[in-house]
Amino acid sequence: MKARHKRIIFVAIAIVGVAVAAALALSALQSNIAYFFSPTQVLAGEAPKGKVFRLGGMVVEGSMARKPGELTVSFAVTDTAKSVTVSYTGILPDLFGEGQGVVTRGKLGSDGVFYAEEVLAKHDESYMPPEVQDAVDKAQKMGVTKPAASGGNY
Amino acid sequence: MVPELGHFALILALCVAIVQATVPLAGTVWRVPGWIALARPAASAQMLFLVLAFGALVWSFIANDFSVAYVAQNSNSALPLEYRISAVWGGHEGSLLLWGLILGGWTFAVAMFSRRLPDDMVARVIAVMGLISIGFLLFMLLTSNPFDRLVPPAPDGRDLNPLLQDFGLIVHPPMLYMGYVGFSVAFAFAIAALIEGRLDATWARWSRPWTIVAWVFMTFGIALGSWWAYYELGWGGWWFWDPVENASFMPWLIGTALIHSLAVSEKRNTFKNWTVLLAIFAFSLSLLGTFLVRSGVLTSVHAFASDPARGIFILAFLLLVIGGSLALFAWRAPAVKSTGHFQLVARETAMLSGNVLLVVAMGAVLLGTLYPLILDAFALGKISVGPPYFNAVFVPLMAPLLLILGVGPHMRWKQDDAATLLRRYRFVLLVSVVAGILLPLVAYGTVTPGVGLGVALACWVVGGSVVDLGRRVRTSRGLRGVPRSYWGMTTAHAGLAVVVVGVTLTSAYSTESDVRMAPGESLEMAGYTFHFDSVDQVAGPNYDASFGHFRITAADGSQVARLNPEKRIYRVQTMPMTEAGIDGGLFRDLFIAMGEPLGDGAWAVRIYHKPFIAWLWLGAILMGCGGLLAASDRRYRLAVKSAQAATVGPVATAES
Repeated sequence: MKARHKRIIFVAIAIVGVAVAAALALSALQSNIAYFFSPTQVLAGEAPKGKVFRLGGMVVEGSMARKPGELTVSFAVTDTAKSVTVSYTGILPDLFGEGQGVVTRGKLGSDGVFYAEEVLAKHDESYMPPEVQDAVDKAQKMGVTKPAASGGNY
Repeated sequence: MVPELGHFALILALCVAIVQATVPLAGTVWRVPGWIALARPAASAQMLFLVLAFGALVWSFIANDFSVAYVAQNSNSALPLEYRISAVWGGHEGSLLLWGLILGGWTFAVAMFSRRLPDDMVARVIAVMGLISIGFLLFMLLTSNPFDRLVPPAPDGRDLNPLLQDFGLIVHPPMLYMGYVGFSVAFAFAIAALIEGRLDATWARWSRPWTIVAWVFMTFGIALGSWWAYYELGWGGWWFWDPVENASFMPWLIGTALIHSLAVSEKRNTFKNWTVLLAIFAFSLSLLGTFLVRSGVLTSVHAFASDPARGIFILAFLLLVIGGSLALFAWRAPAVKSTGHFQLVARETAMLSGNVLLVVAMGAVLLGTLYPLILDAFALGKISVGPPYFNAVFVPLMAPLLLILGVGPHMRWKQDDAATLLRRYRFVLLVSVVAGILLPLVAYGTVTPGVGLGVALACWVVGGSVVDLGRRVRTSRGLRGVPRSYWGMTTAHAGLAVVVVGVTLTSAYSTESDVRMAPGESLEMAGYTFHFDSVDQVAGPNYDASFGHFRITAADGSQVARLNPEKRIYRVQTMPMTEAGIDGGLFRDLFIAMGEPLGDGAWAVRIYHKPFIAWLWLGAILMGCGGLLAASDRRYRLAVKSAQAATVGPVATAES
């Protein structure tokens, strides 16, 4: 085999390999991206049905309720304008608490309840998830122009 | 007073760094021996001032000097002494100072242990490291000075983040930084060689031991981080594909490719451009990793906006390092001639394929890590990329890598014969496939294709090494004739196989259960019974804890372990922390963590049975030890003499 042919084979193998890897990576990326939605967006019907996404906001004071004898807990998440009820079965992260910012990952049920598979823990008690901060800011900005229906919508 | 001395020492270190970066380099251009000779003393002086600065910060922490802003943010008078010291690198500013100190340490080591290298080469290497040091010291002094005073002083500190109050966090960051910064030596050697325009086997041989040692630190650092996440984050996971983890994993992948590519450059005088590129990228990714973790960009891209000076400095520095070195590469690379030719079936091909796989794997991790940041920066939506993405891309890339690893290192250079190889390894291949199916089946009663593949590949890697070791012992003078670097390679590859077994079996056969348990209740899992006896209230030095008492018994009723998981509330930050109770073993870990109290005395409890999880860290230790064995091979100590005689050896003298 001539040196030139050999080089062509090497380059071809490398290109095919990288192309396969890139295709693999992009398809995996497509199916594993979770977008973030605020409660206002969810109630406006912007969030996808039956698909995993992330929902975040502040845990509404006094909304946390446990089913007796079980690990299932429900709580309301708000961006100060609207709120959505979240149901989660499992152990909550250490820093979870009413009035704290939280990000959850899961699917929206047909009953309007968000069934979370994961509740994200953060490493710092003063930390506010940036998505949540953003959602609250947006909700409040909207509130200035057109007063949002305050209170329970969950 | 002491903080001001530290600040002053930092400024002096910057002045020395400027001298160290310019004068020796100018000396090599204009051939002034006096200027060239300045490199080593400058490295020593730089080290001295950095030690003084670091010492001043440590002293401020030990003395609870809360008039220093950084101390007030990261320490507290109730914090135990060992954590007050490790709190030095618990935040952004102190981490940078530690980085700078370690850079000074590596530069000093290069100056000390390169007595037999040509003076002008050493001068260039030390000068390049001086340039990096200038960047870091400027960054510290302009945007992140750890010695800034707080007026008025705080009465007490905000305390160290409780997650960081742990043995793992005393050792993990310094280890990791030793690795990150260690790659600066490989980078400096590559840049120095580019400046000189002489990229030959000698250059590869000089940088090899340094690169391997840096890689060893990095391996240990990552393993420690994973271990810490496992027992301290409290939820039993060992790798989350978190951006912070990826930040250290990417340079490790490139570093792994680099140590292999350097071997080919040294032995065969080929792949040289590729090696230089890897050296540049390994260090660039180390920089990127440091900044990703420490700049707050991961918390929010907009953290940049709140402190634009830091963000802009970081971007400019990264651009300068990467752009500058690539420009130098583009200018010099055409002059580099690779002389070694090789056929399709040859060790070079195996090395190249492995390298490409590692680089592609790094690219996939980089994509998953930066993609959300980029989208967010351009306001295109807030997304997260989950672990399934990384697993889906990473695992298929590692399978062919392991397949190559079983036979690649044992091929001949230049040309080997596929038929001979097949004949030699077909038995191992057969045994591996059978073992992959039978072992899990016997041990756990089930086997999936993934588990079978993982176990088979691990057997294949180890089996291939055993066959080759046998051949080597027969052909050379017994076991004593086998060079240490060969033992190093074999150990490290076996370590990888052990990691693969650990990953495969832990992922497939772990049992996990989140349950509601009250004292007096028990739970059966995986042949063990977990008894929840009671909970006490205990006071620690800076926290209060609910202290659980659990007993684990085997099927025959005998006691296996007593575990005490804790739920701590740290007083200053009123932050709850979960301390898991773990009974470790070679073949399984039993893991108990207490969630939150559910009222009426019951607790949410997580119980895990994790088979083979210890193999992850045992494997990493083996890999690191392999690296150390390879780096201590005697030919690196003898290298200089022979290197001066023959710059290029077309026929490799010792095959390893």
